[in-house]
Amino acid sequence: MTPPERHTEQQDAEMSEQPLQQPRIIPRPAGEQPPAAQETVITPDTVTRPEALADGAPTRTVQLEGLRAFYGRAEQVKGLDLEFKANEVTAIIGPSGCGKSTMIRCINRMHEEVPGAHAEGRVLLDGVDVYGQSVDVVAVRRAIGMVFQKPNPFPTMSIFENVAAGMRLTGTRRRGGELRARVERALVDAGLWDEVADRLSEPGVGLSGGQQQRLCIARSLAVDPEVILMDEPCSALDPVATLKIEELIDELKQRVTIVIVTHNMQQAARVADRTAFMLDGRLVEVGPTQEIFTNPKDPRTEEYVTGKFG
Amino acid sequence: MSTAGAAPPPPGAHPLLAGSPGLRRRKLVNRTMESTATLAALIAVAVLAIVIASVLIKGVSAINLDFFIKSPAPFGQSGGGIANSIVGTALLVAMASVLAVPVGILVGIHTSEFARPSVASAIRFALDILNGVPTIVTGIFVFGLLVVGHVQSGYAGAFALAIIMLPIVARSAHEVLSLVPSSLREASLALGVRRWRTVLTIVVPTAASGLVTGALLAVARVAGETAPLLFTSSIASNLVSTNPSQAFASIPVSIFTLSEEASPAAHAQAWAAALLLIFLVVLLNVLARSVFGRSQARIGRTR
Repeated sequence: MTPPERHTEQQDAEMSEQPLQQPRIIPRPAGEQPPAAQETVITPDTVTRPEALADGAPTRTVQLEGLRAFYGRAEQVKGLDLEFKANEVTAIIGPSGCGKSTMIRCINRMHEEVPGAHAEGRVLLDGVDVYGQSVDVVAVRRAIGMVFQKPNPFPTMSIFENVAAGMRLTGTRRRGGELRARVERALVDAGLWDEVADRLSEPGVGLSGGQQQRLCIARSLAVDPEVILMDEPCSALDPVATLKIEELIDELKQRVTIVIVTHNMQQAARVADRTAFMLDGRLVEVGPTQEIFTNPKDPRTEEYVTGKFG
Repeated sequence: MSTAGAAPPPPGAHPLLAGSPGLRRRKLVNRTMESTATLAALIAVAVLAIVIASVLIKGVSAINLDFFIKSPAPFGQSGGGIANSIVGTALLVAMASVLAVPVGILVGIHTSEFARPSVASAIRFALDILNGVPTIVTGIFVFGLLVVGHVQSGYAGAFALAIIMLPIVARSAHEVLSLVPSSLREASLALGVRRWRTVLTIVVPTAASGLVTGALLAVARVAGETAPLLFTSSIASNLVSTNPSQAFASIPVSIFTLSEEASPAAHAQAWAAALLLIFLVVLLNVLARSVFGRSQARIGRTR
């Protein structure tokens, strides 16, 4: 959909608009950095991202180019070109089975965890293909976090340990005080701190469903992702918990690029800056949310958003 | 009520009271089947009750402190106990567990977490066959491997028991690891945690109590095994021994040898040893169940 030249211009424009001030972002050299370096050279409190700035490289955009995803021989995503812009929330809507979830699972390479599944095409994060030969899958998943449909805190771990899990288990050793500070920050950012501050050592599964989901968001925020993928994050939650998550999404987009799959069109309208409509493994239309819901170009989009099918 | 082609109901007959052909017979068949199944279940439970009761009645008279803390009395004398067998069984089972439990759990981890489905099912099939090998055959195998040309030893006995434990531990490990919701693996992988680390820090701890349960059940199973020990660890000293390069006495082999003796006191001791063995097995099973119950509760909370 997006020709490369236009892509670059656009990125440059975005660059000037957003002066990369994010303090929580891991410094990431632009271009084809060795993945090993990403894993080991992590200095969390570095305030700037000098290389990225110097190069004028695009930041935190995700670009799908000709993405196809298969389960065995069955093709679930049939060639998709789509761009998720930095500091925006993009909602993916479409009827069940249209490949929304499969598509976002390709972005952080979780799709390939399904036995017999594979993906083709390119998924560019800051211009680097996550399927590239020199890219380590672990580095991809640290940079692109994921929140699942059902809250899935680790049942053997306390609230604190759940949030610390990503840092501890990915070999990023941190001193106790620093670890605590980062866990606290992640919980604050996920809007959960006030509710759990005095019971961090209690099991994460003892929380309510909505709290568990915010715990999972805190868990993925704690490793400083650049993009967060959300696969129907509110479908198991009640309206009040859903509202909290939606408010949270609105705050988080200051810091990360968010892609959210949702079945709930009101939700898409509430949280998303841009909305993409998928049908049968293909992209039908993408545009500003307002436009998709009030003035869609494609008649199929109109039928879907007005509730004629799906 | 009446549809086209169907005969209209006789006037006056209420549909709930009209009955239907063969109703009486069908009710009878139903009741017969139900009571037959209930009876079968009762028989199964009764068999266990009778076994335990008869062992209890015949064995309880020989249970006293000496039975637990003394070695068998020298030939021709009365009294004594089976302390050597109790210690021997404990050591044999402990050594067998040290060999079989880690390997078995690793096999289970391989089949449930790492192997391709086709490979995993082939391995599980092989484990089922290994589990089905008669234990006397395992005994002869270990006899040929470790005893011929050497002597019987605690090592050989423990090795034979470990071979019997291995498929039980591995299969149960596979089952309990498969119960861990895949959403937890995904959550961990999506954080950028490597697969082996996900298995070690997320999957295995979540299934830990289930793994313990499998190990306990395997222990319960081999604690009573006699056949593999006959060839490998049966010609044992009457004294308490902790040296595994010599044969260990064991409770099941003692039951066999005591019951072969000509004295009623020895027979009573055989029953008492049987009672002890049953008690141990029941204890292990109850323990295994309670541990497993807790693990299920934990896994259940994330669903």
